[in-house]
Amino acid sequence: MPDGAMPVLDVRDLKTVFQTRGGEVHAVNDVSFALRPGELLGVVGESGSGKSVTMMSLLGLLPSPPADVRDGQVMFGGKDLLKVSMDELRAVRGGEIGFVFQDPMTSLNPVYTVGFQLMEPLRKHMGMNKRQAAKRAQELLELVGIPDARRRLDDYPHQFSGGMRQRVMIAIALACDPKVLIADEPTTALDVTIQAQILELMKELRDKLGMAVIWITHDLGVIAGIADRVMVMYAGQVVEHAPVKELFGNPQHPYTRALLKTIPSIAGERAARLTIIEGQPPIMGAAPSACPFRDRCDVAFERCAHENPPRYDVGHGHDTACFFDARTGAPRDA
Amino acid sequence: MLDAARKPLVSVRDLKMHFPIYAGLFRRRVGEVKAVDGVSFDVFEGETLGLVGESGCGKSTCGRAVLRLYDITDGSITIEGREIGQTPQPDLRPMRPTMQMVFQDPQASLNPRMTVEDIIKEPLDEHTTLTDAEKREKVGELMDAVGLNRKFAKRYPHAFSGGQRQRIGIARALALNPKFIVCDEPIAALDVSIQAQVVNLLEDLQEQFGLTYLFISHDLSMVRHIATRVAVMYLGKVVELAPREGLYADPLHPYTNALLSAVPEPDPSLARKSERIILQGDVPSPSNPPKGCNFCTRCPSVMDICKEVEPDYREVKPGRFVACHLFNEINDTASQMAGTEDKKSTNKEKTL
Repeated sequence: MPDGAMPVLDVRDLKTVFQTRGGEVHAVNDVSFALRPGELLGVVGESGSGKSVTMMSLLGLLPSPPADVRDGQVMFGGKDLLKVSMDELRAVRGGEIGFVFQDPMTSLNPVYTVGFQLMEPLRKHMGMNKRQAAKRAQELLELVGIPDARRRLDDYPHQFSGGMRQRVMIAIALACDPKVLIADEPTTALDVTIQAQILELMKELRDKLGMAVIWITHDLGVIAGIADRVMVMYAGQVVEHAPVKELFGNPQHPYTRALLKTIPSIAGERAARLTIIEGQPPIMGAAPSACPFRDRCDVAFERCAHENPPRYDVGHGHDTACFFDARTGAPRDA
Repeated sequence: MLDAARKPLVSVRDLKMHFPIYAGLFRRRVGEVKAVDGVSFDVFEGETLGLVGESGCGKSTCGRAVLRLYDITDGSITIEGREIGQTPQPDLRPMRPTMQMVFQDPQASLNPRMTVEDIIKEPLDEHTTLTDAEKREKVGELMDAVGLNRKFAKRYPHAFSGGQRQRIGIARALALNPKFIVCDEPIAALDVSIQAQVVNLLEDLQEQFGLTYLFISHDLSMVRHIATRVAVMYLGKVVELAPREGLYADPLHPYTNALLSAVPEPDPSLARKSERIILQGDVPSPSNPPKGCNFCTRCPSVMDICKEVEPDYREVKPGRFVACHLFNEINDTASQMAGTEDKKSTNKEKTL
């Protein structure tokens, strides 16, 4: 991966807190990452690890209150998205940054035709007239592989199947030629054979349109097949970040290693027993003062209970937030 | 073959579950959803039969129908040598203790107003004459068995995590010492790191209590881990049934092949090696299945005959059942076209 290119999106020390009746929940803690043009960054983590909240914080999509984006910097096109006005942000959302949500069943409006919903961003962001927008909408549906696109523009969402609806969602997100596409678990609600279709489509579109993609998922298999780089999140933090082959071939963080062992494979050796990660993810009631994984970790030691590990660079564009050095099999120097 | 010597605990023959569709001003019956349309299989004692397929293929309906949670349209179900296919619901009650179910969504299948103890105790109240103290002791034992702390017996389901709730559901299913448990997507609602915990628990309990599972799932890699044999369903029918190793190493039916190749492989070095089969289009509606083979609209190796004649479900190799014309000899096909009924009936009597 060439490191020289300027990132299209640069996120630094993002911190998001939810105010709830039971106290604060620190959902995102000091998350930093950079997205380079044309690359596909996979974000993996279990539910509650803060992957969706991170992405929604970037675009100010979280209702406030309860959400409070407390700190950080999101540089996009020379501006800090956390500081710009609502109008400017609205121009970015759906325009230069497209968003595909998890559930294609609920994120389309059932009372408008698919054509109307596709033309809306085109008219709002690109200033097209009705005729131009209709033409472009048809092209977009063709781009995402919906047959008989012209006629389908007049159909309502319920007339499409799940896979087709997700294609429509992708088409809407692509409408204004975004520089960045954020896809939040876009295939989780779909069947495997349909998921395979969407994954192929995404790879094809990325090559064709050259946009950068952030792909959020909990499925390591999907990541292995599609991502260039991977960021593993746990309890609102980035615990490991590496190029995809490096991550799967040489995982450094104990959580990543355990996660990779947990999932049974469809090919290869069949384990007699699955390796499990004992315990539950922590409840993030306060800003972490220790490693959040220490209670479930098999290499945890003293220091893990007192300090939250920073991200250590381990070479090959790979970093990990762990005091234990998996390469030497010993704790890092304090 | 090993299986021939073993006794089937559950035998399902030609099971059909059709749901009527009513429409129009007078709510007239205009058709039916053929959710399960002629399914036959055996589950042997102590084994785990995996039932896989995409959403809407009828796998959950099949699991529920086998336990007679529905009044089935047609077919026969034998559990422990007793035919229950057409038994009226009241007569089924005494049989319920032997056959239990673990549901997909632990959130929805536990009553939020009952404590954990009451939830696990309910089957004991219904089916046994134990004293309160004995019941409490039994509940404690069950909680130990599924790895829940006894101290939590008085808590309500909302106080537990998803994985723990699924353990409560499993404890409830175990309460009456069942022989046969239908697990309907027991891990689908759980996180990856929790899924393995529940699957290991199910395996431990199987060993400990000699349980037989029908494990319904869409997760092919998890089924490969837990199942002894695997049945693949598509649009209300079983298209292939085979021992685990055979099915994953050498899938016979084109649908099984496509399904397996669609599963993302969590190892990039393996992932990019094999050519993927991407199926085109979507699953047809079960209220209006295509003529001939159900899979003919998406099959990569479709032939003319597939669009005309429905393939028979037959044993093509020892222990391997497939419903596909690719595995029929020419003369077989000819006799089918003539519509010989006796061949079908002999097929049915064979152990599936």
